[in-house]
Order: sequence, then C-alpha cells, then structure tokens
Amino acid sequence: MQGIACACYTHHWFLKYMPESIPADSVGLVTPETITFDDPLTLACGRTLKGYQLKVETYGNLNTKKTNAVLICHALSGHHHAAGYHSMSDRKPGWWDNYIGPGKPIDTNELFVVSLNNIGGCHGSTGPTSFNPETGKPFGPDFPVVTVTDWVNTQAALANYFAIEQWAAVIGGSLGGMQALQWSMTYPERLRYALIIASAPKLSAQNIAFNEVARQAIMKDEDFYGGRYLENSTYPKSGLMLARMVGHITYLSDAAMRSKFGRDLRSGHLNFNYEVDFQVESYLRYQGEVFSEGFDANSYLLMTKALDYFDPAAEFDGDLTTALEQTQCKFLLISFTTDWRFSPERSKEIVDALLNAKKDVSYLEVDAPEGHDAFLLPIARYKQAFYAYMNRIIREVA
Amino acid sequence: MRNDFAIIEPWITPNSRVLDLGCGDGTLLQHLQTHKDIQGYGLEIDEIYINECLTKGVNVIQQNLDQGLSNFTDNSFDTVVMTQALQAVHYPHLVLDEMMRVGHECIVTFPNFGHWRCRLYLAQRGRMPVSKFMPYTWYDTPNIHFCTFKDFEELCRTKRLRILNRTVVDQSHQGHWLFHILPNVFGEIAIYRLARS
Repeated sequence: MQGIACACYTHHWFLKYMPESIPADSVGLVTPETITFDDPLTLACGRTLKGYQLKVETYGNLNTKKTNAVLICHALSGHHHAAGYHSMSDRKPGWWDNYIGPGKPIDTNELFVVSLNNIGGCHGSTGPTSFNPETGKPFGPDFPVVTVTDWVNTQAALANYFAIEQWAAVIGGSLGGMQALQWSMTYPERLRYALIIASAPKLSAQNIAFNEVARQAIMKDEDFYGGRYLENSTYPKSGLMLARMVGHITYLSDAAMRSKFGRDLRSGHLNFNYEVDFQVESYLRYQGEVFSEGFDANSYLLMTKALDYFDPAAEFDGDLTTALEQTQCKFLLISFTTDWRFSPERSKEIVDALLNAKKDVSYLEVDAPEGHDAFLLPIARYKQAFYAYMNRIIREVA
Repeated sequence: MRNDFAIIEPWITPNSRVLDLGCGDGTLLQHLQTHKDIQGYGLEIDEIYINECLTKGVNVIQQNLDQGLSNFTDNSFDTVVMTQALQAVHYPHLVLDEMMRVGHECIVTFPNFGHWRCRLYLAQRGRMPVSKFMPYTWYDTPNIHFCTFKDFEELCRTKRLRILNRTVVDQSHQGHWLFHILPNVFGEIAIYRLARS
C-alpha cells in the first residue's frame, strides 16, 4: 500500500528534476572533496576529537587577495552539496541551487563559495557513522553531542585550510543562520557580512518540544538498539520516518498544506480503515520514507540537540544585545510571514538586539505562503533582495 | 539631491546617529553617510525602496511606522527624520511622541493644507483639493491626516516641543520672500526641526 503511495510521487519528481542538460545558471557537475584535520578539537561538551574530516564542495574561484570567499552553513538535514549536480543522472541539484550559481544571488562568477557537511552529520564528515579509531566500530551513540560553536570552530579551521583570513560573508538559513550568527560572535574579525535567514536567536519551548517528539520517535523504535543499530545491521526506519513527518509539518504553513493537499483523497473515497485516506498522509509517509533511507538516526538526534542547545545570549545573562556587542560585521536578516517554526518575531529579536548594540543591520520580512521551507525556494521578492545585498558585497570584495 | 535634503543636511552633526522614518530609496541616508559619516538606519515598507537601500549599502529595516518605534530605546539617536510621511500615518501625534522619545532632535517635513491653492479650490468648488502635487481622491489616498502649518505648530505647543528651525518652501523645495510674510498661505512644504523643551 505504502509502496504504491510513493510511486506516484517518485515518478512525478523524476519528471520535474532530472536534468537533460545542465542549465546555464548552474555551477554544473561538481565533485566533493574530503579534507582531513589532524589537530585535536575540544568540544563544548568537554570531550576532544583527536582529528576529523570535513566533506566540502566549492564553487567559483578564490581571488588572489582571498577576499571573495563565502561560507554556506547548512540546516538540520542539509549537507555539503548545496549547488550543481554530482552526475547527469541526479534527480535534483544541490539543496540551495536556487540561490548559488553563475548569475544567481550568490554569484559563482564573482565569489568563491565553500559549502561543507558539519561534523556529527552523515554525509561524509566525521560523525556517528564514522569509525571510531579507538574501537574500530562506528561511533554510533558514542559520538559527542556537538554544538553550533563546535561547528563554527571547524569552519574556522576550514577557512585556515583555504588560507582565507576573512569571509566576505557567512550565509545560512534556519540552523545555518544560527551558525552565521555564532560566527559573528566567535570570530568577529573574520567575516564582513552575516546573512541570517529564517532563523532564531534560540529555540522556543515549542521548538524544543517538537524536537523531543522526533527524538522519542527514533529512540523508541525497536530497531534503535540504544543507537548501536549499525552493529546490528539494521536502523530505526519507522522512528526516523516519524521524526521526519513531525518535522516536516513544522516546515510547511497551514496555507501551504491546504493549497498543496486540501482534503484531497488518494483514491477518491474514504476507506473506513487506517490506511492512507488523504493525500497529505501519503505525502508525509513518502517524505518520511525517503528521509529515513538517506539520513542517520544518531545524526538526527545530534542535530536536534545542537538546535536545542543554541543560545548565544546565555553566557551574557540572557542579554542578546550584550552578546552581540563584540560583533564587527554587517548583518542582513530575512524572515517569511507564514514561517511558524522560526517566525518573523524570532528574527526581529536578533534585529532589535543588533539595533540596540548599534550594529549595521538590515531586515526584510518576505510575504510568502510557503512557511519555513520558503528560505530554500525561488521566491521573487526574496531573490531580488538577496541579489541587491549580495551585489553590494561583491562590489566591495571582488 | 532634493532641495529639502540640502536644507536638512546642515542640521545633522557629523558622526552622529540618524533614524529616517519612511526612508524611501535611501538617498538622504546615503548622502549623509558619504558627507557626514553618520550611522544611519531607514525604516521602510515599500519593497522596491527596500531593495534600493540594500543596493546602496544603507541599513534598512522593514517596519511599519504605525506600529510605533518600541524596538528603539530612548535617546538612541541624535536625529530622527521623517520627510513627507506625517500625513500618511494613522496617529501623527503618537509618531511624533515616539520620534521625540528615540531622538534628541527631530526633523519633520509635510505638505501644507493651508496653502492658498487648497483654500481656493475648497472655497470655489466646495470639494477636497486635488492637484498635481496632491493627486489623490479623498477616498483613496495614502495621505489620511492633512494639516496646515498652524495646526502643526499648535500640536508642537501642546506637546511642549521647541521649534529650533522652520523653513517653508514650494513643491520644488525653493524658498520665496512671500513665504516669510504668510507661510501658512504661500508655503507648500514645511521643514521643522524640533527638540524637547
């Protein structure tokens, strides 16, 4: 039953995304590289990684003065593959291909774009699926819980690797925006601009509550094995599915779901049983299914914890203004009207703190029905503002 | 540069902080950034204007003036400017209060509804004036709170505001000797510089 439900979507998506030829405004075929860092990394939790690897993609060319580099920070389920295609048979391009490419807002004709998979992730950087050199087995649940600050520290090591003293900009949406915000505080002199999109200065109780439901779904799965599922040659598929389903609901707005699915029935009639009746059920199951096949459960737990723990104002008695006083870069914040995961009010908290701290900041609230997901999508007004701001950065650094 | 901006410029202290309410395309702030080295912010709701500010490198915050300035702390700016927006807000007196709270000084410009052409139009035709300068019909206009210079000065008196400067100009922001004799009849645009008393 589920298999059939998925098939129609899969077919549809293949038609939509498979490139017959690479579009002119694409960075084209890209190959990720793995960069090894041998210096030990002390983490916020107190533990130390003896060394680590980062999976990285770059687009465009670094100029001789090394002033045109831009760092892209990914969100909860993101990774290094932000733009272009890995092969002609890819069914879709990188996750932020709408905004990165030649002639796009993050213009690879002018900028050197660095995109990485954060540690703790599951797309090639050191994380729970990596082998623990001390045990010869995957880290699994023994991988330390990392924080946004830990990620920013590894990203600074990555900047050193490329001999980039100062990023022209650090850019991210959602959890990626939190990394851009953390950059401005941890390494104030190492970035000129921070672009923080659909983000928040910390999670609300409601945000944490949704994350906890996701974690419980994973941990209560009988195939979870306390996080040692890989050693048991299995994985908590239904738990991951549930986690993604609940997450996905928070990424969409009520209006977006209504216009996408309404109360449409999958087979035209009610079944009077507990199989899929409504299209929205079919969609969520499909999303969960696809996600569960490509994402590691321990990584998901870890990423949600990194979100929950993010609170840069905490060490300043909860005063975000004081926390931001040390920053030196200019800021752009963008929010979306129907985003209820990180609503415009959450972005405004950052904007107001920056205003109070007398920092250079601009803010835009984009009227968009797509909810939190809007930051990934091609929305005219968002794109135009992004262009306008990036052009000014390019004029300054390129 | 617009003539009213040329009048405003000498009133801005170099290296000061300026908040521009309804900043438009950011021309004034950009000019003051270049020539007076100010730290400026503009508030604007029009998306095309916002983009122009972003391109110019002018700080711009998407914010509706009718929702107040509660996100700005007391005395956090040297000057708060509002050009040609007073007549378009829901509660001009409250916006003025907020401007005086946030800034040490305020600069306000607005069109004079007491101008002789308005008076003549209303007297002759018995209808709300429509002109090239004020081209809107009464029922569909952004300008919902017209006032005359006298009205505004009465409001300043009620609020015990000090008028540091007052300049009256025509639509193209030029002065004329008649404006000194009967500003409320001949002046088309007023530029006031205010402080708390």
